[in-house]
Amino acid sequence: MDNCRLRLLQGNAACVYGALYAGMRFFAGYPITPSTEIAEVCARELPRVGGRFIQMEDEIGSIAAVIGASVSGLKAMSGTSGPGYSLMLENIGYAYMTETPLVVANVQRGGPSTGLPTKVSQSDTMQARWGTHGDYTAIAVAPSTVTDTLTETIRAFNLSERFRTPVTVLLDEVIAHSRAMVRMPVEGEYEIVNRVKPTAPPREFVPFEITPNLVSPMPAYGEGYRYNVTGLTHDLHGFPTNRADEIFVKLDKLKNKIENYVDEITKLRAEMMDDAEVAIISYGSVSRAALQAASIARQAGFKVGAVQLYTIWPFPDKEIRELCGECRKVIVGELNMGQIVHEIERVLGGGVEVHSLQRYDGEILTPAQMLAKLEEVL
Amino acid sequence: MTTVDKKVQQNSSVVLDYLRPVKKFPNVWCPGCGNGVVMGAFIRAIDKMGLSKDEVALVSGIGCTSRLPVYLDFNSLHTTHGRALPFATGVKFARPDMKVVIITGDGDALAIGGNHFIHACRRNIDVTAILINNYIYGMTGGQGSPTTPGGAFSTTTPYGNVEKHFDPCALAAAAGATFVARATVYHVPQLEKMITQAIEHRGFSLVEVISNCHTYYGRLNRQGDPVAMLQSIKDNAVPVARAKKMTDEELAGKLVIGNLHTVDKTEFCDEYQKVVEAHKVK
Repeated sequence: MDNCRLRLLQGNAACVYGALYAGMRFFAGYPITPSTEIAEVCARELPRVGGRFIQMEDEIGSIAAVIGASVSGLKAMSGTSGPGYSLMLENIGYAYMTETPLVVANVQRGGPSTGLPTKVSQSDTMQARWGTHGDYTAIAVAPSTVTDTLTETIRAFNLSERFRTPVTVLLDEVIAHSRAMVRMPVEGEYEIVNRVKPTAPPREFVPFEITPNLVSPMPAYGEGYRYNVTGLTHDLHGFPTNRADEIFVKLDKLKNKIENYVDEITKLRAEMMDDAEVAIISYGSVSRAALQAASIARQAGFKVGAVQLYTIWPFPDKEIRELCGECRKVIVGELNMGQIVHEIERVLGGGVEVHSLQRYDGEILTPAQMLAKLEEVL
Repeated sequence: MTTVDKKVQQNSSVVLDYLRPVKKFPNVWCPGCGNGVVMGAFIRAIDKMGLSKDEVALVSGIGCTSRLPVYLDFNSLHTTHGRALPFATGVKFARPDMKVVIITGDGDALAIGGNHFIHACRRNIDVTAILINNYIYGMTGGQGSPTTPGGAFSTTTPYGNVEKHFDPCALAAAAGATFVARATVYHVPQLEKMITQAIEHRGFSLVEVISNCHTYYGRLNRQGDPVAMLQSIKDNAVPVARAKKMTDEELAGKLVIGNLHTVDKTEFCDEYQKVVEAHKVK
């Protein structure tokens, strides 16, 4: 192994290095625990690669600046935690509507309100799907380790560029503040996706045209393709519309450009699931405890497996059905009062017994707690 | 054809060159609204400066005024309520070679966007904000704004406004803006000149444009039709040079127009570029 490429990194720093690898050259943010190091590392690293960092007056301004930079052609991101994510959500909705690629890392802490700034949580899982008003389809990914954080942030940028949409990286305080040795990727090791640019001459350019994969080519400001960007529901030319026959076209596009390609987005990890009678389903830092608990249970002779969701949204219905449809029971472990468990109940549809293992006191779910839950349900 | 007629024809043909080539007229504004006057002045200013349409980004928030960029053939970004300035900050910082102009109203810039307004001034980022001040929320139907004068009527101040109002120019200058001017929709050549100077200025520039909302402000405060409101704007305006010779009492209730404040300070994108040059890994 090439030791020169090993670095001791905190999860928040790994997020930044993943973003830089993916081509991120613009960061706007506002200090908030436990995500602040993302901004700090960006402030230090971005000028070194000719990029731009700005500390805005609040999270609303931060995400607005990120969108402004993205329509101007830069890969852009922000990093925040629950309260800041709440503030950003109106403009994240603007980015859904205007089909602007960007990445937001939400390092989750306990809530509601100011909650537990320094304590771990996964209680923004549903917020990442439904947080802004209106109908849309969201993409969110969830790493579980420091190394994952680097690679999942690369994936988040690729997805945002591929689908012209905001992508949330759902981190949590445990991953963000864990330190681990990370092998820094070399050029070419991971595929980097860039938004498709228009090839039509500007006169024939239709900014929100319906293409075969429903993603319209996106020029940057200043490239000769002058067009209107608006958060109002708009027609193919980007003009506000109130016409019923134009409204549903736009909303269908926002949904179907993602949901028709869910296979490109879904990512799960299944361990010991071939003959599993019980599955522990989890995501984020909880997955590490889940994997250990499943291994211990296996050694004790129980047919237990673990499923980790890397893609949270859109929800991997098909894969969960395939992996867990034959299980007798599943346990869904989450650091909240039960959010993804409802998706699992919906997908497994009563055929499988679904148990919720929750923790929301600011502490992590331990393998011992998982084993205790296994004992209870077996 | 008289000289005046010829001038009018020339001006309208210039304006037509800058409207979006496809559909979307009539606009949303009431007949007699000052927004169209500002749009015309802006277009003539851009045209005379010889800026290409591609190098101009026009950013706005929400409100009657903020609809302006939608009709114009530039890179236009019609954003969320109050947030035009941070969106514009992102555009300018990503593309410092572009001219970024914000079109905003008194509610958009000073109420919901008040925090962004003072911070954009403080940073002295090289963008131009054209703030059309008609003392009221038009699009939502005549509610009080941060510039609604004390005692004035609106649908949310039905017994007269008990609040104090902002002076956007004084606020901008105090917050660090390096070019501040006030113009009106009556004094059109001067409006065009102020917009030109603001765009040419390196740093944060504000042009407050006093305008008429006869539909709501005028009706609720018995100020008459557009012509009567323009007359009153004209009667109340005092050029900055003359204002300097007037006492505070003489200036009470008057609108001082012209270039109110210009200072030379380093600009945000320039300063950041120095950091990049110093620390970039070659």
